[in-house]
Amino acid sequence: MADDDHTCTPTPKVTRRDVFIGTGAVISVASAAEAKGSNAETGLAFHDRVEAQFSVNRRTYRTSVEPRATLLDWLREEADLTGTKKGCNEGACGACTVLIDGKRANSCLTLVAQCGGADITTIEGVAAPNGALHPVQQAFIDHDAFQCGYCTSGQIVSAVACIAEGHAGSEESVREWMSGNLCRCSCYPQITAAVLDAAGRKG
Amino acid sequence: MKAFSFARAAEPKQVIAALADPGTQIIAGGTELLNWMRLGIAAPERLVDISKLHTLDGITRSERRISIGALTSLNEIGEHADISTYAATLAQACLKAASAQIRNRATIGGNVLQRTRCAYFRSEAPVPWECNKRTPSSGCAAIAGLNERHAIFGWTNDCAAVHPSDPAVALACLDAEIELLGPRGRRSLPFRDFLLTQAEAEKAGSAAQVESRLMRGEMITAFHIMVRPDERSAYLKVRERESFEYAIVSAAAAVKLKADRIVSARIALGSVAQRPWRLLDAEQALAGKRLAREEIAPVIEAAMAEAKTLPHNDSKTTLARNAAIRALLMAGGAA
Repeated sequence: MADDDHTCTPTPKVTRRDVFIGTGAVISVASAAEAKGSNAETGLAFHDRVEAQFSVNRRTYRTSVEPRATLLDWLREEADLTGTKKGCNEGACGACTVLIDGKRANSCLTLVAQCGGADITTIEGVAAPNGALHPVQQAFIDHDAFQCGYCTSGQIVSAVACIAEGHAGSEESVREWMSGNLCRCSCYPQITAAVLDAAGRKG
Repeated sequence: MKAFSFARAAEPKQVIAALADPGTQIIAGGTELLNWMRLGIAAPERLVDISKLHTLDGITRSERRISIGALTSLNEIGEHADISTYAATLAQACLKAASAQIRNRATIGGNVLQRTRCAYFRSEAPVPWECNKRTPSSGCAAIAGLNERHAIFGWTNDCAAVHPSDPAVALACLDAEIELLGPRGRRSLPFRDFLLTQAEAEKAGSAAQVESRLMRGEMITAFHIMVRPDERSAYLKVRERESFEYAIVSAAAAVKLKADRIVSARIALGSVAQRPWRLLDAEQALAGKRLAREEIAPVIEAAMAEAKTLPHNDSKTTLARNAAIRALLMAGGAA
């Protein structure tokens, strides 16, 4: 799979992200740190750091994190994928929406420690590898479906899933199934029109 | 969020062994727990991840019953053909809960263990006001404060919180059974007895923190619902905006009809108490009545006489009465 440049800030030197890029080792929740309170009876060992390997936008990452690290913070601060936005950090706004194994999820409510083996798509992975916009991205432009733009990456990722799920068949359905993405500029009529348009373009 | 250590379980018995340590908590979807940890409602030393226990995930149907694994997501339940056909109230309740994103992560087991949305309870530690759930014996700021969203049944002077779940209301209406696994093996109980009002918890000698019959060291493994092909059900949620909002009140109703007469009916109200509130006496009284507003309204009205309102929430009694009537009519296809 192509390892294309992401749409985020160019990296002038070796970044933490480059260091994390995976080698294809086995997924595990083992850790270099000493196991805390290993349970002899069941073999369950608790760790202060967790290693996880997963893919983000068709690229493999292997990382070691504190168990409390959320996918949102990891994407923004470790992987330099800052297109995913932090709004409320409690699941109420949808700005942090990503796809995990094809399903939309709030990355602020997801621990990296639980992502081992997952296939994750962020806003940076929505366009085609050659840079051609996804129909949902084009529809958002055509319908002026944003003002400040802060919620837009979450809206677009959510809309991609909403259409794939088959929930973009009517205005009523789009409004219901997109309700997890708030827009403080209140571009809801334009967003709804863009999602319906993109659903139609995809046939 | 305080640091914790983490382990992923490969089988349920590992979870039960890990829960022997009181500092250990289960994480599944994480949609509630992460926010508890951010606010200081929970500060576990260890999390045991059960999200990969595939035997607890999914829906199966036999001739007699439908079984729903505790890890099944709300979206999966809400869009499952068997649930829509035989337990419509539960499918509707699941799809009216939270948002599409949250419903992909949130599990049915975690959903029934979510805690109240009382704003005094859901504040960041250190909690600047009295809350017996957060700081035992400190008092309840809601009873003398803003209590528009609080309980009208089963509350005490220690706490007037309501349980916020939609699916729990439907499960109580459907007479579902909840299956638990603990150090002494499996046990089941009627779901309608699983969650406790403050008055019930107090009678059992428990403090305001105790909200269910789940014992320390136990986990929820499944829910079972009887298949009743001659019954119809519906869920009505009343809220301030049409989507992605908690209920002010809700009602789940199931009804079996012969022509236009009620053979049997079950009704549970949501967001009026710390557990789904079944109208057991009204259910008995409805048998034999015609499914028409003028016949069922007096029966539901009588059931609301028990309500004990707070200074700001007497409108809930009216909303709950009307929701119960409409849910019954919807279930029977008369609305």
